[in-house]
Amino acid sequence: MNYIPNILFAIALIVGIGFFANNVRKLIRNIKLGRDVDVSDNTSQRWKNMAMIALGQSKMVKRPVSGFLHIIVYLGFIIINIEVLEIIIDGLAGTHRIFSSIGPLYGVLIGVFEVLAVLVFVSVIIFWIRRNIIKIKRFWANEMTSWPKNDANYILYIEMVLMALFLIMNATDLKFQAMENGNVISQYLTPLFSGLSEGTIHIIERSAWWLHILGILAFLNYLYFSKHLHILLAFPNTYFGKIVPKGQFKNNDVVTKEVQMMMDPDADPFAAPPEDEGDDIPVKFGASDVQDLNWVQLLNAYTCTECGRCTSECPANITGKKLSPRKIMMDTRDRLEEVGKNIDANNGVFKEDGKQLLDDYITREELWACTTCNACVEACPVSIDPMSIIVEMRNYLVMEESAAPMELNNMMTNIENNGAPWPYNQMDRLNWKNE
Amino acid sequence: MSEQIIVPTMAEFMAQGKHPEVLFWVGCMGSFDDRAKKVTKAFVKLLHKSNVDFAVLGTEESCTGDPAKRAGNEFLFQMQAVTNIEVLNAYEIKKIVTACPHCFNTIKNEYPGLGGNYQVMHHTQFLKSLLDEGRLTVEGGQFKGKRITFHDPCYLGRGNDIYEAPRDLIRKLDAELVEMKSCKSRGLCCGAGGAQMFKEAEPGNKEINVKRTEEAIEVKPEIIAAGCPFCNTMMTDGVKSKNKETDIAVMDIAELIANAQDL
Ligand code: SF4
Ligand code: SF4
Repeated sequence: MNYIPNILFAIALIVGIGFFANNVRKLIRNIKLGRDVDVSDNTSQRWKNMAMIALGQSKMVKRPVSGFLHIIVYLGFIIINIEVLEIIIDGLAGTHRIFSSIGPLYGVLIGVFEVLAVLVFVSVIIFWIRRNIIKIKRFWANEMTSWPKNDANYILYIEMVLMALFLIMNATDLKFQAMENGNVISQYLTPLFSGLSEGTIHIIERSAWWLHILGILAFLNYLYFSKHLHILLAFPNTYFGKIVPKGQFKNNDVVTKEVQMMMDPDADPFAAPPEDEGDDIPVKFGASDVQDLNWVQLLNAYTCTECGRCTSECPANITGKKLSPRKIMMDTRDRLEEVGKNIDANNGVFKEDGKQLLDDYITREELWACTTCNACVEACPVSIDPMSIIVEMRNYLVMEESAAPMELNNMMTNIENNGAPWPYNQMDRLNWKNE
Repeated sequence: MSEQIIVPTMAEFMAQGKHPEVLFWVGCMGSFDDRAKKVTKAFVKLLHKSNVDFAVLGTEESCTGDPAKRAGNEFLFQMQAVTNIEVLNAYEIKKIVTACPHCFNTIKNEYPGLGGNYQVMHHTQFLKSLLDEGRLTVEGGQFKGKRITFHDPCYLGRGNDIYEAPRDLIRKLDAELVEMKSCKSRGLCCGAGGAQMFKEAEPGNKEINVKRTEEAIEVKPEIIAAGCPFCNTMMTDGVKSKNKETDIAVMDIAELIANAQDL
């Protein structure tokens, strides 16, 4: 017996999965560069969110057309992958369609796969038309530079090719066609090859089979560099997403301690400032770079699908301001990747590169345009919170650099002095009742 | 126009050794802004009409810190919060109602972590509960059959998932409630949140409040109903910029209900 195909297959599998494992390791390391945050609460609510939003696609269908098409592709992707299991076993063991021995059920399965493959193929074409012919606005915004645009199209092409290969593989598998068990679609493709010799058809079948599995392995390794990472990260991301009311912003614990010290009449006024108490306290308020964000925010950045639903609902963006919540997420990911590469190049330690997320990626003009309306958070189909990054960067600007716009500084001075954002006297607060 | 209305303060209640049923948190806009003061008064009239035993903090009230926090000044926010919580806790306040979604959100969601735990209601929720308990009757009056659209305040709607209380009240007026194309969880912001109220907008091609007003005008309302003093200002300005102020009124839900009964 000739074992060469089995060995080649095993090597391809090991290399493919090995590279993928390495990508995952890098991904986790980069996400862990973020500050710690406690997300161990409300586990049942979190599982529910994951089941509804990631598994159940509940947010996707808020936009019915793209939601429906996405569900087809998503189901197709998951279900057709059962076939991959058979391919792997066949490839390693040198068998042919090992599951076909289960009889009629096999036909049902393959039949479903074939129908789904056609549906996915059609949906992907519609997606491509929406992007490239109809040019839906959110796919053509400023931050959709050449790479994000190409990335989106590459994925669509890869999916088309994989689906086509799957159907060709079945159509040219003469033994499978002879079984007449599940070839619901491929039987109509078989006649296309009728002029060819049996040997040629067999070569086509083998080629399609190999290209299909190699394509899947390549795709797996493409994920890390693509917005398509969301097919994996949507699950943890929806689990770790915000579960308190959207209007509720985090209170900063370090500030709480400082305020307590200040308000406490028994506190020793000559005591050392709290920064020196322990080294677990972050000395820096807010975020000017990715390491200042928490790891859930960094996970958010890798999960972003670049769909632009957030930006298309953002009041600032709609009225022509520079701010785009999608760009906030893309910038965060790009900077995080840059930091990660820096660490790789410098034997595991980050070497100062004179750059940061603030100014080099996200401008102040963008940050100050946000109305904190939560429309972006509401719109996101995978529970990303772009607004929290904006607010943390504002924290940095105000608390570390005192760099708020002048009018806001006036507003804050008024609050400090008069207990209201305008220069009215607090003692006049009840005057309205006599007016 | 000067009319004296009775507004008891917590200090007065305390002096008599009594506790009110609810504290009315007036907020900075409600205290100082000319337009919002009218809403404050309308709401007070409704409280009296429903025999609600309420009090205000008066000169002991201070900004919740919302605009400072959204602008990024966490320190100032917490200073304000701790000061207010001290006052509220000293008076043993249990229940708070406010006509400002920003105060509502901040006290309800962000004060508990700093030691302030209260039952907090937005005035539309509170009015709805008075209605349900039969303490308040809502009649259509002059608003019967009028086309009214409700602009969802971000910090009431998306921020806290409250969409129905204000709408239930509008329906009670026998008015025709019409929805804008983006409403409820997809409602467009008026442009004031996140401390934008206090500064010029960044360069763009339109003001947000004008954009939102255009969406409202599309459904041809006679009245744009608001539930937030900031939205009220922004939408009023928007209507003015479109020269529609003779056709479209911007009114708070509390004003609608009070006016319907000629209070
Ligand atoms: S919260 Fe800020 S970024 Fe998000 S939609 Fe509203 S204005 Fe845009
Ligand atoms: S943040 Fe969410 S809504 Fe915005 S582009 Fe990314 S995935 Fe889409």
